[in-house]
Amino acid sequence: MKKIIKYILLDIVRNKIVIAYTGILLAISFTVFGLEDNTQKGLLTLLNLVLFIVPLVCVIFSTIYIYNSSEFVELLLSQPIKRKSIWLSLYTGLAGALSLSFLAGVGIPLLIYDRSATGITLLVMGMLLSIIFVSIAMLASVGTRDKARGIGLSIMLWLYFALVFDGIVLFLLFQFADYPIEKAMVGVSALNPVDLARIMVLLKMDVSALMGYTGAIFKDFFGTQKGIVISMVVMAIWTAAPLLLSLRKFNRKDL
Amino acid sequence: MRPSTSILSLLSLLFLLPGVSGHARVLTTGRGQQFEKITQALQAAQPHDTIIVQAGTYKEGNIVITKPVSLLGKNHPVIDGQKKFENISVKADSVLIDGFRIINSGTSSIVDYAGVRICNRRYVTISNNILEDCFFGIYSQYGVNCTISGNKLAAHQVEEQQSGNGIHCWKSDSLIITGNTVSGHRDGIYFEFVTNSVIWRNISHHNMRYGLHFMFSNSDMYAANVFENNGAGVAVMFSNHVKMFHNYFRENWGDAAYGLLLKEISDSYIDGNCFDRNTSGIFLEGVSRVEMYRNQFKENGWGLKIQASCMDIVLKENNFISNTFDVGTNGSLVLNTFTNNYWDKYEGYDLNRNKIGDVPYRPVSMYSIIVEKNPPAMILFRSLITSLMDRSEKVLPSLTPENLKDPNPLMKPVKL
Repeated sequence: MKKIIKYILLDIVRNKIVIAYTGILLAISFTVFGLEDNTQKGLLTLLNLVLFIVPLVCVIFSTIYIYNSSEFVELLLSQPIKRKSIWLSLYTGLAGALSLSFLAGVGIPLLIYDRSATGITLLVMGMLLSIIFVSIAMLASVGTRDKARGIGLSIMLWLYFALVFDGIVLFLLFQFADYPIEKAMVGVSALNPVDLARIMVLLKMDVSALMGYTGAIFKDFFGTQKGIVISMVVMAIWTAAPLLLSLRKFNRKDL
Repeated sequence: MRPSTSILSLLSLLFLLPGVSGHARVLTTGRGQQFEKITQALQAAQPHDTIIVQAGTYKEGNIVITKPVSLLGKNHPVIDGQKKFENISVKADSVLIDGFRIINSGTSSIVDYAGVRICNRRYVTISNNILEDCFFGIYSQYGVNCTISGNKLAAHQVEEQQSGNGIHCWKSDSLIITGNTVSGHRDGIYFEFVTNSVIWRNISHHNMRYGLHFMFSNSDMYAANVFENNGAGVAVMFSNHVKMFHNYFRENWGDAAYGLLLKEISDSYIDGNCFDRNTSGIFLEGVSRVEMYRNQFKENGWGLKIQASCMDIVLKENNFISNTFDVGTNGSLVLNTFTNNYWDKYEGYDLNRNKIGDVPYRPVSMYSIIVEKNPPAMILFRSLITSLMDRSEKVLPSLTPENLKDPNPLMKPVKL
């Protein structure tokens, strides 16, 4: 398994798109911090990057990579190797490479310009979102042999997590504005890893605004040790659940 | 006679004067001294005498000063109210109380016991005392021309209903309150019907309600004070001609906490203040004719919450930096002027290079209006959908007040 991981990891790291991704992340991060003397604004731009660009790149690149390496996977399957270890090594390679390039692309400028708690939270959340969206891509691509359908599905999933879900939440917020829904909102936010990541950063970035009455409920939950642990567990579930589901499907798949 | 010799003879006459009645004496109080107790010394004292109190603990119940004397504490002698009495009541003009440690005043829900009370007197000075665990700290009722300076007041009160204010001034005039530190009281400094007074260079922090509470007090000034981490910030209400200069308002957090709460204020000036990390920097309601120049709003939830009931407020040359929302409002009526402020969220351009942006800035974002109407929506803040909504609102304002704008936003922050 180690050998396969090593092979996939090296293959992805040498991939032109991943190198370009790292380069673009580096360029954007250095530019936003270099342009403004106000690191807060730079962090805000990076937050948008982490919440939308990073999941998008992760999910699409992983889907395409999995389809492109289907022949390689078939070749491996002809060897006496377990399906489980092939699938998991594929995941580990992808997640490792993409989070590594995120770490290099955003982490280095962050550590140079802004070592605040907000910056560190942003970095951790970006890493978590990278591995979560690789896992979602595994699930999207295992279902169908058709590459176009697979990529379409992964884009739809990204759109859902980045935009549609929040739209639904906003709609619900206004529909139930007369009810005390603050606590329910905490639960709803766990249904979307992007939201969870955003709230964790928000708690550091906009702490003053969140100290208001309703904000205080979010702060009391997510800001405490317990809340952070629960959020991390939810993030871990978001990583593991799609991966295990895809593994189950892959094990039973007729190749 | 030459002039120099005449002066000499006059001087020698002055030295011969001691012993003549009317000259102030110095009385000493303390263990093994002239007087054992402060009350004994006060009884023996003539007007304008000085009483020096040596270090020690004095438990004498309520000390009432009825003569104009100076009471000087050496190495902070302790005056203990034993949680039963008011420590010192000043019932004479021109009294000086300096250098004491005044602790444990009585607590009551009927009588406002204080560490030091000035009752209807003039020219009283309370300086350099340490007040600990007093119900009310220094209480001035009908005080005129009094000075309260350099005192340190600390209390550890837990419930708002059963606690008193640090420096409490009621129906007073021409007070000078300077260099005091107040913490742990209900309100740090409390002004009601106080006129022509100055609050200068005080620090008021960790009080349960307001750092400074200001009611029906006209023509006062407070400058260079620090108000930090108070339960509900600072409240200035129902007053006019108030000048607020160069104060710091910091870390007043909570839904009903404001760096500065202004209610029914008119003809006032707010200049050079710094609002840092408050839930709302300034909240204005029913405010009119107020000029706000060169203030700094930094890292607040809302820099400014300006209700539609305000009019003729001029905001000029203020810096708005890293606030979650710069300005919030509750209506579409705008009778105020925003001009030449620096907004770090401004995205316009300056083609003619005059350091003033060419397109107006609208400081009220759509999402701040949504959050105002529906507070739990805060959980969606900074998500893609809300950013998109904010963008489209900027192009075509529909929810945000059309007239609330800064036509001349600065490109660079004002140097303060």
